[in-house]
Amino acid sequence: MLKRTALFSAHQKLGARLIDFGGWEMPVQYTGIVEEHLAVRNAAGIFDISHMGEVTVSGAGAADFLNSILTNDIRKLTPGIGQYTLMCNERGTVIDDLYAYRLCGDVYFLIINASRIEADVAWMQVQAAKFPRHSELSLTDASHNYAAVAVQGPRVNEFINAVIPGASISALRVNAVTDLKKNQIGGFKFENQSVLVSRTGYTGEDGFEIVGSDDAIRHIWDKTLADGAPFGIKPCGLGARDTLRTEVCYPLYGHELDEETTPIEAGLGFFVSLDKGEFNGRSVLAAQNAAGVEKKLVAFKMTDKCAPPRPHYPIWANGASVGIVTSGTQSPSLNVGIGMGYVPPEFAKRDTKIEIEIRGKCFAAIVVQKPIYKVH
Amino acid sequence: MSNIPSDLKYTKSHEWVRVSGNTATVGITDHAQAELTDVVFVELPEPGRKVKAGEACCVVESVKTASDIYSPVSGEITEVNKPVTDKPDLVNTEPYTGGWFFKIKLSNPAELNALLSPEDYKKQIGG
Repeated sequence: MLKRTALFSAHQKLGARLIDFGGWEMPVQYTGIVEEHLAVRNAAGIFDISHMGEVTVSGAGAADFLNSILTNDIRKLTPGIGQYTLMCNERGTVIDDLYAYRLCGDVYFLIINASRIEADVAWMQVQAAKFPRHSELSLTDASHNYAAVAVQGPRVNEFINAVIPGASISALRVNAVTDLKKNQIGGFKFENQSVLVSRTGYTGEDGFEIVGSDDAIRHIWDKTLADGAPFGIKPCGLGARDTLRTEVCYPLYGHELDEETTPIEAGLGFFVSLDKGEFNGRSVLAAQNAAGVEKKLVAFKMTDKCAPPRPHYPIWANGASVGIVTSGTQSPSLNVGIGMGYVPPEFAKRDTKIEIEIRGKCFAAIVVQKPIYKVH
Repeated sequence: MSNIPSDLKYTKSHEWVRVSGNTATVGITDHAQAELTDVVFVELPEPGRKVKAGEACCVVESVKTASDIYSPVSGEITEVNKPVTDKPDLVNTEPYTGGWFFKIKLSNPAELNALLSPEDYKKQIGG
């Protein structure tokens, strides 16, 4: 039996096509991926992201504990700020990628991938038990308490204050939602409930992610679609979410990231703080950072007229199969086949000519700088 | 509501067939194009290729996925619709006219009897 989010009946009412996504019955599209994608690039879109997991970590030991299991430096976070970070095992390979927010003092809030909730929580519990100051630590999987939406696009700041009016009451104190800057998070009152709003997203566009109770998020979904209607908002499914994030080269766990891949190989070294002290995987990541890697994540564009590249298609260079596509699609913004994949470092330089094997035939592509699509 | 022209025959896998003499023209239905949405690429068979009924011989790609198209009947491909490879969205905008895929010379016309009538196809898609 697939799990359903608080917005399931809203999706049904909108005529969404539903698919199994990591055990969740989620909307892949409402009217069409291209239309939804372009709404987010040009106006606004709302996504159900209730399937994602939430973990709270608090107590006097929370910061040191999180710094021992995550790659980014949690001490950079002042209250009301979040950061992208990764959780690695001792081999330096990725258990999950996530957002960590410091809500206040010793209270941290992690947003993790839906497909990784069980693995992450089990791993964190084992790590917490080994943590010397585990008595100063409280770790709770709060995933079932929360629903969430992402509201994304260049016109969102024109109506989001109408959806959630007023000043924040916790985390970062601001007078209005649009006063939040990138990666900042505030707690706002919405119909007598508290919701968390952060200026983050997975599309490359400006926008907000809103986490709250099932009830609050159901109302916010309806209100956002109503208040955003004059600005061209559309409900958007996982199909558009995938094409949007692929254009801006954001990794997706299970595609670019897994337990056989390190953040350095994935080009995410910026989010690995090698000098913050010991953490899981540090020695492997430091060695890779110094000596180089055997595979590197590249972005590419098709230069031949051909079918769109797809995950698992072989990548060829100099007449040999050298790698595998991890994400690929037809770019709705650029109207060309695009993708990402792993290749040996000698083929990872910009402008390197590669080929993508599509149904037994090779088609020309070129390695490009990330992101493939630059948000204006 | 899906458009299901009354003068065509259909398959369970959502192809339509227009018969003229001993030649059949093949495309995909309005219902199928609506399910696929946003067709971005069409790969057609080589003229002269001999196919069996039920054999995959075209690929239609939407943004999300690649889908095989099956020949509803056996025979030899005599002509393909080149314009649809340059303008794949013809499959979405004109599924029964400009969006056709190929013509096939029937090697076993009796196979036509196994295809679905417009009424049966309508029932199948829950129309």
